[in-house]
Amino acid sequence: MTDKDITRLSYDVVVIGAGGAGLRAAIEARLAGKKTAIISKSLFGKAHTVMAEGGAAAAMGNANSNDNWMVHYKDTIRGGKFLNHYRMAELHAKEAPERIWELETYGALFDRTKDGKISQRNFGGHEYPRLAHVGDRTGLELIRTLQQKIVSLQQEDFAESGDYEARLAVFAETTITELMLTDGKVAGAFGYRREDGQFLLFEAPAVVLATGGVGKSFKVTSNSWEYTGDGHALAMRAGANLVNMEFLQFHPTGMVWPPSVKGILVTESVRGDGGVLRNSEGRRFMFDYIPEVFKAQYATTEEEGDRWYTDPDNNKRPPELLPRDEVARAINSEVKAGRGSPHGGVFLDVSTRMKPEVIIKRLPSMHHQFKELADVDITKEPMEVGPTCHYVMGGVEVDPDSTQSAVPGLFAAGEVAGGMHGSNRLGGNSLSDLLVFGKRAGEYAALYVDQTAERPAVAQSDVDAAMAKALTPLVEDAEGGENPYTVQHELQQVMNDLVGIIRRADELEEALVKIAEFKKRLASVRVGGGRKYNPGWHLAIDLHNMVVVSEAIAKAALERTESRGGHTRDDHGKMDPNWRKINLICSVQGDGVSLRRQPVPTMPIELLGLFDRSELAKYLTEDELAAFDESTKDGEKE
Amino acid sequence: MTTRHFRVWRGDDQGGALTDYDVEVNEGEVVLDIVHRLQATQAPDLAVRWNCKAGKCGSCSAEINGKPGLLCMTRMNTFGPDETVTVTPVRTFPVMRDLVTDVSFNYEKAREIPAFAPPADLKPGEYRMQQVDVERSQEFRKCIECFLCQNTCHVIRDHEENKAAFAGPRFFIRAAELDMHPLDARDDRKEFAQEEQGLGFCNITKCCTEVCPEHIKITDNAIIPMKERVVDRKYDPLTWLGRKIFRRDQLESQK
Amino acid sequence: MTTTATTPPRPRAAIAERTLRTDRWWLAPLLTFLGLAGFLVYATVRIFVNDNYWVEEFHYLAPFYSPCLSESCAPGSSHFLGQPFPQLPSWMSPAMLVLALPGGFRATCYYYRKSYYRSFWLSPPACAVPDGHKKYTGETRFPLLIQNVHRYFFYAAVLVGLVLTYDAVISFHGKEGGFGIGLGSLILVVNAVLIWGYTLGCHSCRNIVGGRLTHFSKHPIRYWMWTQVGKLNKRHQLFAWLSMFSVVIADAYVWMVASGAINDLRIFN
Ligand SMILES: Cc1cc2nc3c(=O)[nH]c(=O)nc-3n(C[C@H](O)[C@H](O)[C@H](O)COP(=O)(O)OP(=O)(O)OC[C@H]3O[C@@H](n4cnc5c(N)ncnc54)[C@H](O)[C@@H]3O)c2cc1C
Ligand code: SF4
Ligand code: SF4
Ligand code: FES
Ligand code: FES
Repeated sequence: MTDKDITRLSYDVVVIGAGGAGLRAAIEARLAGKKTAIISKSLFGKAHTVMAEGGAAAAMGNANSNDNWMVHYKDTIRGGKFLNHYRMAELHAKEAPERIWELETYGALFDRTKDGKISQRNFGGHEYPRLAHVGDRTGLELIRTLQQKIVSLQQEDFAESGDYEARLAVFAETTITELMLTDGKVAGAFGYRREDGQFLLFEAPAVVLATGGVGKSFKVTSNSWEYTGDGHALAMRAGANLVNMEFLQFHPTGMVWPPSVKGILVTESVRGDGGVLRNSEGRRFMFDYIPEVFKAQYATTEEEGDRWYTDPDNNKRPPELLPRDEVARAINSEVKAGRGSPHGGVFLDVSTRMKPEVIIKRLPSMHHQFKELADVDITKEPMEVGPTCHYVMGGVEVDPDSTQSAVPGLFAAGEVAGGMHGSNRLGGNSLSDLLVFGKRAGEYAALYVDQTAERPAVAQSDVDAAMAKALTPLVEDAEGGENPYTVQHELQQVMNDLVGIIRRADELEEALVKIAEFKKRLASVRVGGGRKYNPGWHLAIDLHNMVVVSEAIAKAALERTESRGGHTRDDHGKMDPNWRKINLICSVQGDGVSLRRQPVPTMPIELLGLFDRSELAKYLTEDELAAFDESTKDGEKE
Repeated sequence: MTTRHFRVWRGDDQGGALTDYDVEVNEGEVVLDIVHRLQATQAPDLAVRWNCKAGKCGSCSAEINGKPGLLCMTRMNTFGPDETVTVTPVRTFPVMRDLVTDVSFNYEKAREIPAFAPPADLKPGEYRMQQVDVERSQEFRKCIECFLCQNTCHVIRDHEENKAAFAGPRFFIRAAELDMHPLDARDDRKEFAQEEQGLGFCNITKCCTEVCPEHIKITDNAIIPMKERVVDRKYDPLTWLGRKIFRRDQLESQK
Repeated sequence: MTTTATTPPRPRAAIAERTLRTDRWWLAPLLTFLGLAGFLVYATVRIFVNDNYWVEEFHYLAPFYSPCLSESCAPGSSHFLGQPFPQLPSWMSPAMLVLALPGGFRATCYYYRKSYYRSFWLSPPACAVPDGHKKYTGETRFPLLIQNVHRYFFYAAVLVGLVLTYDAVISFHGKEGGFGIGLGSLILVVNAVLIWGYTLGCHSCRNIVGGRLTHFSKHPIRYWMWTQVGKLNKRHQLFAWLSMFSVVIADAYVWMVASGAINDLRIFN
């Protein structure tokens, strides 16, 4: 390995990830005058965000003027079962509207209300219609808008300097495999270009992780090949912590047939706009699954639920719109009880509830998707749906205001960051999360660069080590080695079966044993072909991340002996107020993941006071409630 | 489950050839599934792009039996039971490896179009637009940038030398989108399309519309209207007369 | 992709076959070619016939000869537009005077352009099939730049439409004068309707009535018109063919009745 093998580049801020969070961060860093690089595993504009369908939640109050940040805040905390980092949820609820409006100044065209404002739609767990949307392709609008804003900034730089990339460059199809640290601080990032396998070293004092999620470790998932948990793994290896990794969101409605598309998402807007769930007996079974904590907010009869679509102020919403974890579990139980659809899901029906024209207008891509992929015309027949691994609530533990992790110079935003959504994310809260915290990440990364007097230098030995590690799968092996695709398939099967939607201690222990075996096998994974656009090689590298992240998930899931949000234990079916006070933190120790408990940050009384006492009683311990009563009494006296 | 015959172009900028494979095919599968099966079982280094597997990201563009299309949206049951399926990379862009091509042409063209110009007098949150006024532009914003239209357009597919002067259908819809945007502050989009983007190269033979997986009516709703808008400005006798007689905004879009 | 691409133009995939399409892609251009060629042959023959275009008895005027504007026109065949042109030399027919308007309209029509660029010029014959030319500049320069005059032809086509409507109206003429209906009248009506369907679905028309506006919401009537024209415009190709057939049928019918080859089928008077 010589120096010729590597291209060295120098930036102020390096953003890893070109989804919503990454692009928004890069825009902010560039606006702050920093020389910024955006790095992405796939082409510019293809990141996961492009797939988001339903919308972006922001309490703009366009569709119902009763809405405001406090209602949104409460919905978010309720949805996350009070495990959210209160400060993140607060910032998110307060800043989301501004972030959405800003997109219009970049050229976004959301669907409109009658008076010309941004239209907002209903979604599970949101009290009011709150999701800014464009049909069911909101993520596409979001990413294209940000992409075009980046182009417009590049055009400004071009006008000034004659170089589009003077201050903002996009490195597409480039994968970061390791972060470079010096004295415990970020010094850069190392990776390779997919096209030719060329190694790249980005030297930069600040790195923003915006790499998205981890779902590719599961067999049935709505996630793409990109979601191998790279950011989660990079952060852990750099010394940062992950929080809430046991919480995975299984979206209740993924396609179940044909097998090749199993897991592909059916947007929640289908239910928000009037779609209902039925079992094989034709029963709207969700009415049987309204949990105690939500009884007050949901309709108990079909008639009331149906009235709600036209008169939401005087009726309660139908239980199809419960938070995702509830709906996913309900579907799972129905199928287990033998009341499932022919292909092992349940029926989701809009055809009997909306006119064909309305369906095509409001859900065009669902109509298209089912017609092209499953030969089902959703204007005439019901869809078959079942749970699919969709989103990881857990992620890098960050400071809410600055998004900085435990490692100086390392920031994280978007799905890769943890805390914001607690144990369960509400639909639509991710896209707004990307914008709110993406902006903050860019802003604070720029500030951090300003405050860094000396740029840390990258040690050559670190570079050599990263390069050697990346090249291992290509080294000739007499025995032929393991096929990366086989290992991946097996891992996906293990995670799906043993760490899936319903978990048990013995199965989780079995999973950890298997994961330990995978770890050993990784060393012998080998691929043919060269460094030029070789997907086998790319997968072999990503596998390391998948395995370490899977270990974190399984460990945390085994530790938490309760059921809450995106973590359901068959052997500990109840939500336990004592566990509400505890976050599980994962970090890397040697070549394994170590786990420790840490108190959940305490919600200040101004925010806690937004809730009714009766609601708090469902989540808090006796002691916490007593303290709450004490402090509100004080408040009254003053 | 059946076994089917596939031919996949394998190679790089040094050359390549169609390679034969016999591979398992199951009910309900799409061509991308088969390519993945080839990767997992016979050709681990077979290069292909994909992300969403649901026709949303526009990564998996290729040519299947000579027809440009998305690998993830081409179902196997659209072929005859014994038909050989031939998969090749898109032709118009330089090949990187196997089914993957270098599409940077498109990103360069994207950079040349002046961005949305926000109105000077409106702050964020003050934008008001009617649904009927945004709908035309929304159609164009459905574009998933698969670049199949760019690939199929004969202006550059068959005439490499036109690449410099021709932006291509994907970017004509971008021009139209901005020209029809109710709040875009620029007034020269038509002229730009004509003079800088090479709108005149298009002979409206509609192949772009035929291949667009988002079913965007590229020719009817963007290219021809833009050509007509150029005519409005440059050649139309009645507009000229009308402008003398009527209020100007009745004839011209007001910005 | 913005930074990683290496600079000089790089080779495309070396695929030997010029096209790998396995369907019958050549069928559509072939049919188009035959259809258009057939029309051209008929039109050429017809304009040189210079006879049998007016049935005095029923006031049927063949569309190819309408309006008849010269002093050499058959007695009675000229109508409200009079005979502004003098006697024509014997090789010239009155059809040639007016042919340029509908002919030019169709020749510059966006749909017909597509169809003859594909089927006559092979540029391209079908999608993803190489076009038959070494160099290509499209409509950027003379002579194809002239296609932009389509707008002018559209205005003229509206006048032609009015004339054909007038022809259809006067064709309700009885043998003994007064009102009458024959198969010929019905054919002329259908022809006029199809011609309007074609003319009003024109892309220039769509642009003029409303397409050029940015704010539909401020012009509700023009928005409505644009929507209606849009419906025809979606079927422009269909109307292009139907109206082309109907012109030929109407013209041939009048020709045959006028020449006495057949008798008009009278429905009333
Ligand atoms: C089908 C679907 C529908 C959804 N619908 C909604 C919805 O309606 N509303 C909502 O709020 N949320 C929705 N979500 C969730 C939401 O879309 C995602 O959580 C969000 O887009 C994540 O954005 P991000 O910016 O964090 O990352 P992403 O958009 O996933 O981007 C990650 C980026 O990081 C890059 N990257 C990853 N690893 C590396 C590496 N090692 N080196 C370099 N680059 C790397 C990737 O290439 C990519 O560019 C949906 C998700 C899915 C899958
Ligand atoms: S219609 Fe024009 S832009 Fe579209 S493919 Fe044909 S020549 Fe290219
Ligand atoms: S316009 Fe259609 S074909 Fe062209 S890039 Fe966009 S989606 Fe693809
Ligand atoms: S993989 Fe996204 S369009 Fe095919
Ligand atoms: S007549 Fe066909 S487009 Fe005008």
